Amino acid sequence: MGARELKDNTTVFAGVGAPMMASGLAQRMHAPGLTMVIEGGIVGPKWKPGSLPISTNEMRAAYRAQMLPGITDAFLLAQRGFLDVGFIGGAQIDRYGNLNTSAIGGSYDRPKVRLPGTGGANDIISLCRAVIILTVHEKRRFSETVDFITSPGWLTGGDSRRASGLLFGGVSRVVTTLGLFGFEPESRRMRLEALHPGVSVDDVKAATGFEVLVADQLTTTKPPSDEEFGILRMLDPARQFL
Amino acid sequence: MTISRREYDFQAARLRLEAKPKSAGEKLTTLDEAVARVKDGDSLAFGGCLFSRTPLALIRALLRRRPTGLTISRNLMCYEGEWCIVAGAVDKVVTSWMGIGLPWGLSKIVREYVESGRVPMEEWSHLALGLRFRAAAMGVPFLPSLTMLGSGLVDVGGSKTIDCPYTGQKLLAVPALFPDVAMLHVHRADRFGNCQIDGYPHMDADIAKAAATVLVTAEEIVPEEEIRLHPDRTVIPGFIVDALVHVPYGSYPHECYGLYDAEPEHFSVYVDGINQRGAAGVQDYLERYVYRPRTHADYLALFAEAALADASRRGRELVT
Repeated sequence: MGARELKDNTTVFAGVGAPMMASGLAQRMHAPGLTMVIEGGIVGPKWKPGSLPISTNEMRAAYRAQMLPGITDAFLLAQRGFLDVGFIGGAQIDRYGNLNTSAIGGSYDRPKVRLPGTGGANDIISLCRAVIILTVHEKRRFSETVDFITSPGWLTGGDSRRASGLLFGGVSRVVTTLGLFGFEPESRRMRLEALHPGVSVDDVKAATGFEVLVADQLTTTKPPSDEEFGILRMLDPARQFL
Repeated sequence: MTISRREYDFQAARLRLEAKPKSAGEKLTTLDEAVARVKDGDSLAFGGCLFSRTPLALIRALLRRRPTGLTISRNLMCYEGEWCIVAGAVDKVVTSWMGIGLPWGLSKIVREYVESGRVPMEEWSHLALGLRFRAAAMGVPFLPSLTMLGSGLVDVGGSKTIDCPYTGQKLLAVPALFPDVAMLHVHRADRFGNCQIDGYPHMDADIAKAAATVLVTAEEIVPEEEIRLHPDRTVIPGFIVDALVHVPYGSYPHECYGLYDAEPEHFSVYVDGINQRGAAGVQDYLERYVYRPRTHADYLALFAEAALADASRRGRELVT
């Protein structure tokens, strides 16, 4: 689903796992002119099928890359505006697409669960032109409020993101295990736009901790084709990420 | 607010450099002599990133001296950060992310020490931490950036915003981070400390320029002529390096681009120890791999020769 959002002749900031698979798939399907930038400081890698990296900073992630500018300079490409799409995920997400990957419960300094931290997620959501959130759809993740804003989505909606100093970009899509969401143009609240086959609006409501808005034109997503599945299996035969 | 004036005081950092000899002479020394330059309470920046080109030999030599009160910084902190925490060496961790990697899950050591408030973890985005080192490398107190605005990260680090003097736009003023000591592992250097790195540059060159004291280990010490034939490859000039040690496999079992691959099985055994015994699992590991081996050769002897050869084969395979 993430792959279909990637247009030809664009650039994508991708991390390991699903974003990497989606980018690899898009390049082989409809977007041969897609360039990947990887947060370990890598431009244009050509990963070896069956030998995918488990971190964005290990040698495998740079396999047959075009350039290794380093981490700071890779993110400066995003700040300059060279990155069209970024992918991120998170442990908690609210209706405005704000994400928490830092700390759950308690206070930030004495949390109930300390998560690994932002890594490059905050930079990606702050600096790319459009951001796609990929996540498992569960009630504990889709929360009324996030305990901490690691990665700012539309903040409190309206023009609050812009007012905070984030002049560019924003979250455009949330792709979950149940369906596909966009954001209302004015309020910037998350809105269900498509359901995966066999999923109902009630299923989504039951797995969401905030009010689920539904688009007038609710559609059904097209499941991956045999060809798409074939490419994904070729990229990841050991099913490390599939 | 956890950043202190010492971290971004560019005038004090400049005066330290002005008072220091910038020698073009020999830098070669031993691991023990190199890490003797670290004082309790110092702020350290580690080069490399996650399990790539980590200066592990320097960190092991440092921990054998049982230091205390250190601040350690690195954008992706791997298990060397856990070692320092469990060894009681650390007062503060500055990072953007800490763990080993997705397959190994959340760091139980981070959870135990940070959730209880014993060790604060100061969190910056990759770009922000990169710009902290770059600001210091440039000798300025901050750099303007468009990242992190609107997020909780601005408040917890204590960073400030400024109004752009030209456009009036709000910008994040990312504070410089001038560490006392940089610890780096590079591919090759001549005996004067002119360093060349293959593959990922990570943040090493900025960290070297940001720090007051620079300690380097190199896989290979090459003749001066080899550096002079390819000066475009030199990323750290010798006059900013204080100590250089020849340490082949200096970041093993982490990877060194083009020379040897990482050992994920070793990480799994390490994490199994933590899953079974918590922080005591790290103590066991430190005893075996850090405190007991007296020399780097003793350390490498803990790994089978075939394992080292295989790591080299896998490492070379990816760049040929």
